[in-house]
Amino acid sequence: MKSKKTSYPYLLWMLIFTIIPIGMVLYYAFTDETGSFTLNNFVNASDYSEVFLYSLLIALISTVICLVLAYPLAYRISRCSEKNQRLIIMLLMVPMWMNFLLRIYSWVLILQNYGPLDMILSAVGIDATLIGNSGAVIVGMVYEFLPFMILPLHTVMSKIDSSLIEAAQDLGGNSLYVLRKVIFPLSVPGIISGITMVFVPTASTFLVAQYLGGTQFMIGDVIERVFQSDHNTGSAIALVLMVVILGFLVFMNKFGDEEAVSV
Amino acid sequence: MKKVSSKIYFGIIMAFLYLPILYLIIYSFNDGKTSVWKGFTLKWYEALFNDAQIMTSFYNTLIIALLASVIATVLGTAAAIGIYNFKGGYRSAIQNISNIPIVNPEIVTGVSLMLLFTFAGTLFGFEMGFVTVLLAHIGFCTPYVILSVTPRLRQMDNSIYEAALDLGCSPVQAFFKVVLHELMPGILSGLLISFTYSLDDFVITYFTRGSKFQTLPIQIYTMTHQRINPKANALSTLMFVIILLILCIINIKNKSEDKNLKKYKN
Repeated sequence: MKSKKTSYPYLLWMLIFTIIPIGMVLYYAFTDETGSFTLNNFVNASDYSEVFLYSLLIALISTVICLVLAYPLAYRISRCSEKNQRLIIMLLMVPMWMNFLLRIYSWVLILQNYGPLDMILSAVGIDATLIGNSGAVIVGMVYEFLPFMILPLHTVMSKIDSSLIEAAQDLGGNSLYVLRKVIFPLSVPGIISGITMVFVPTASTFLVAQYLGGTQFMIGDVIERVFQSDHNTGSAIALVLMVVILGFLVFMNKFGDEEAVSV
Repeated sequence: MKKVSSKIYFGIIMAFLYLPILYLIIYSFNDGKTSVWKGFTLKWYEALFNDAQIMTSFYNTLIIALLASVIATVLGTAAAIGIYNFKGGYRSAIQNISNIPIVNPEIVTGVSLMLLFTFAGTLFGFEMGFVTVLLAHIGFCTPYVILSVTPRLRQMDNSIYEAALDLGCSPVQAFFKVVLHELMPGILSGLLISFTYSLDDFVITYFTRGSKFQTLPIQIYTMTHQRINPKANALSTLMFVIILLILCIINIKNKSEDKNLKKYKN
């Protein structure tokens, strides 16, 4: 049992299927078609900086909406009996097990012109195009990733001892004060992991914008498009995305640790 | 008052999560392609089962998920045990590299593997297809197996392995009879996670499948991309029913286990 040998096949595996592929992204990002060093790919990639910022913005808005929707819900669930908690959590997870394309497709059907929502709105005299805009993309993202926010929040909140909250109430704290001084500080780790679990996939997702957003693409869609013709520029964009996401994760980790220490 | 408002809020969230699926299901029975109701029909289900391509994709998806999850579980369990025996700095370095496919955006993993497979393909003369998809799936499943086996390793008392050796087991016997038994819950959950992730994967499969190989998520993409296709509704309904059935079975099983436990306690 003291042997390291059993891990050798996997170490070799990681070299071939994790390290070398990322090395190849690096190589392609910094070379041209003839294989000589260039920074041109990043100049080409900067054409898409607006799409990049747009993706981050969509991810930010979706994450905030998820947090606002999920926080009170997760708290209420965490105060239910254990049996009910299990049932509710399962109910929340069922839609997650449907294929994500089918879930996005359901919103295409609902939001499409002459679809159910469009009909209802025009019946009361509102004429609006519901699909093919950023709003539709955000709705799709929130639908897709809301459970990823609820679950970590619930995990952390279900560990908060009810007597702590009662004690704060007994000592004269109003509900806002109890929320600010007891519930919120204790739920910070859940908030951090919820934000990470929603923001990262939302920023880098691909196809949601193609299904719901009309002509406005997100960075994942751009990577796919560019890769069809130009591996070098595509690699440069992928590299930038990877660095930004990893930077974000490191930042969230640091932030999470410090918070945990101060509490 | 508070109770009522929180119940209403809970209801709204549940409606938000389930109404779109309900809508998909209802319109899988609609005799028409638009959102106008034209009467009940089962023709989309018939079309689904008669579509040879969809059936092949379904079969491919199952094969890939089975193979990938089993191979990833063996590879990952062996790796977890080996990595556990590395010391401090090396161990965390290996762990971090192993976690790259989990933390990296899926699309980056996808394109990086595509670069590798196209390069290797021109070098050794093969095309992307079944094998490359399988390799890619093993690649993103194994880290999850390691993550679910490692905590069991930490909990395990190494003296029971030594005790087995003292009582006359060979190291191999001790491994299969004692260590594996202790790790089993972690191994099983790793297998399950791998299987579901592999079944559901679209992004990484999309970039590593080449031009011919199809899985069910790829087929769903072809069916629904930029058009309305009631066959996709029928497929959603079937998937939803299967998911519910599995959950019910798990729940009933848990309940009967709980009952047995209670009887035992009494």
